[in-house]
Amino acid sequence: MKDEIALELQLIAMNDDTSTEVAPTFDITPPKGWIDVNVREAWEYRELLGFLVWRDLKVRYKQTAIGIGWVIIQPFFTMLIFSFFFGRLAKMPSQGLPYPVFYYCALLPWMYFATALTNATNTVVEQEKVITKVYFPRVLLPVSAVISGLVDFAVSLVMLIIMMMFYHLTPKPTAFLVPVFLLLAIATALGTGLWLSALNAIYRDVRYTIPFLVQVWLFASPVAYPSTLVPERWRWVYGLNPMAGVIEGFRWSLTGAGQPPSALLLVSSGAVVVLLLGGLVYFKNMEGTIADRI
Amino acid sequence: MSDIAVRIENISKSYRLGRRERYLALRDVLTNVLTAPVRVFRKSNRPETEEIWALKDVSLDIPEGEILGMVGRNGAGKSTLLKVLTRITKPTSGRARVWGRVGSLLEVGTGFHPELTGRENIFMSGSILGMKKVEIQKKFDEIVAFSGIEKFLDTPAKHYSSGMYTRLGFAVAAHLEPEVLLVDEVLAVGDLEFQKKCIGKMKEVSEGGRTVVLVSHQMNQIRRLCNKVLWMDCGQVRKVGPTAEVVGAYEAALLSGGNGYERSKKMPNAKGRFLSWEIVEPRTELPHLLTSFGPVTVKFTVEINEPIRLGVHGIEVNDPDGQRMWGNAVFNLNLNVGIYDFVHRVEALPLKPGPYYWRVTLFNEQERLDCWDSMPELMIGTPPRSHPRDEWAGFLNLPSELSIQPNCQHPASV
Repeated sequence: MKDEIALELQLIAMNDDTSTEVAPTFDITPPKGWIDVNVREAWEYRELLGFLVWRDLKVRYKQTAIGIGWVIIQPFFTMLIFSFFFGRLAKMPSQGLPYPVFYYCALLPWMYFATALTNATNTVVEQEKVITKVYFPRVLLPVSAVISGLVDFAVSLVMLIIMMMFYHLTPKPTAFLVPVFLLLAIATALGTGLWLSALNAIYRDVRYTIPFLVQVWLFASPVAYPSTLVPERWRWVYGLNPMAGVIEGFRWSLTGAGQPPSALLLVSSGAVVVLLLGGLVYFKNMEGTIADRI
Repeated sequence: MSDIAVRIENISKSYRLGRRERYLALRDVLTNVLTAPVRVFRKSNRPETEEIWALKDVSLDIPEGEILGMVGRNGAGKSTLLKVLTRITKPTSGRARVWGRVGSLLEVGTGFHPELTGRENIFMSGSILGMKKVEIQKKFDEIVAFSGIEKFLDTPAKHYSSGMYTRLGFAVAAHLEPEVLLVDEVLAVGDLEFQKKCIGKMKEVSEGGRTVVLVSHQMNQIRRLCNKVLWMDCGQVRKVGPTAEVVGAYEAALLSGGNGYERSKKMPNAKGRFLSWEIVEPRTELPHLLTSFGPVTVKFTVEINEPIRLGVHGIEVNDPDGQRMWGNAVFNLNLNVGIYDFVHRVEALPLKPGPYYWRVTLFNEQERLDCWDSMPELMIGTPPRSHPRDEWAGFLNLPSELSIQPNCQHPASV
């Protein structure tokens, strides 16, 4: 209500201003080149963002027997498989951690990232009908896909803490840094998702590339192995994959295993910023004509 | 200045045809990968992708509180103009300014999700259409009452009948309160009772001083609702002015058909195609206008450049929305090369007055040679013999009579 009154007052003020022409609510012009990011508008639509996330959560596990249980089952069984094959059989070094904790710690941010990326990439095409029938900032679609994955993440995090207690491990004080690494994971998923969802709208090839990309990315990230396996002088190249910094950092901050990922993290952060800003600009540039080309 | 709601200045919009490639199936992807080298090679030999101007230099001012009707043939640019004004897509050049919140209704049930319940969908759709959460909460009961689906409010929308779906969708949209409302041919849906409700709502909206732009193929609807009409033709403004004048001119143009809508002569090597059509019997001053009841004879001229064996010829009458009024087909045709007249005689064509079109097809065994939507359209101009109100009139125009007589077995008491 308050907002409405404020808006009305503003409108009255605008109407009273007789000296100049009243500014239009919308000024529709051709696409304006590369940099045309409208943060204020996206903010005005924050309620819709909330609804999109809410819908996603409501719909996701409808008509499944186990429902939200999938959130726990998926990483749990992957953890078991990794522990058996990479741990027991391949004897991968685990930085002094029990294999289940070592792998679960990495799978947590990884699974969030993989799901968020896949959903963000597909969401624009899946919402084709809405995109061609009504206007709203399209960027809300990948953003909402990335946000709604956080709920799953939170559930799995609780699971991890229970598991650590089982192994008599207590989270280290550095655990307060977890949100920082999470933020990096969100930014990576969103940055990549922005690029891919816009591309996917034009080239449906992207849809088929995603599973493959995610799989390659998994092995390019220290999920199944510690990053110390990568030779020292190639470590910075390795850091160009932002998920390397995220996963290493995640494991370290919760369990204290390995070293604080300083240089690696710095390179990762830089890569994320470039990826995200590039993605925003590219997506925004596509937005004006996406309804014609989808 | 503030009494202008929408100002459109030299808006143009072009589409590049070659760009709309779709890869939907894995099969397509594979064939695309396989033929990619060939395609790249071919591309260099082929001329640039074809450019289509969906809108060209459209300028218009819409004053506040006006209900503007928009008419024109399919592909005239009506929907594209609405899409530009709603910001769904950007123009190629030009500028449009809108004063006030814009609401658009290009489809009923925008943002609905089949897994969500009616209650949840009201919030979802309302929000996507631009309503604030408090606004939806405030109007929630009104929306539910308008839709008439109280009982199914907590049922997932996937279990709704299409009628219920439409009603709920429209109910949400009808409670949008933007200063500028853009509507694309959505009033044509739903049962008659509901249509009446919708038209009432539209009137209410405009009486509240808000601006409405309404696209419709139903001239009676336009006549009833709009005070001004914009006639779009080939992406340009053909005429704009008072409703009676513009609708009259538009209908006259449909009748005469002499607007360059003749069949293009671009494909001389077609194996067989329809060239033209006319009403042979009864003849009026115009060969595509039918003004009387009774039998009708219609002639289609067909050019055949390849012998036809076991051919099929189909014929339909459709209304402008593509709804089929009648359809039939003739099988086992054997024809040699030449030009033929296909003469159809029907015992009656009792359709409600208005524009229709024929769709005629010609097949040679399995191969489709032609599928032609007749130009000019078929105009039915018989005197109306059905209910004076559109929504009660139905599809047919049947002369009927009522006589009331005393019942022999139960004589009326005096």
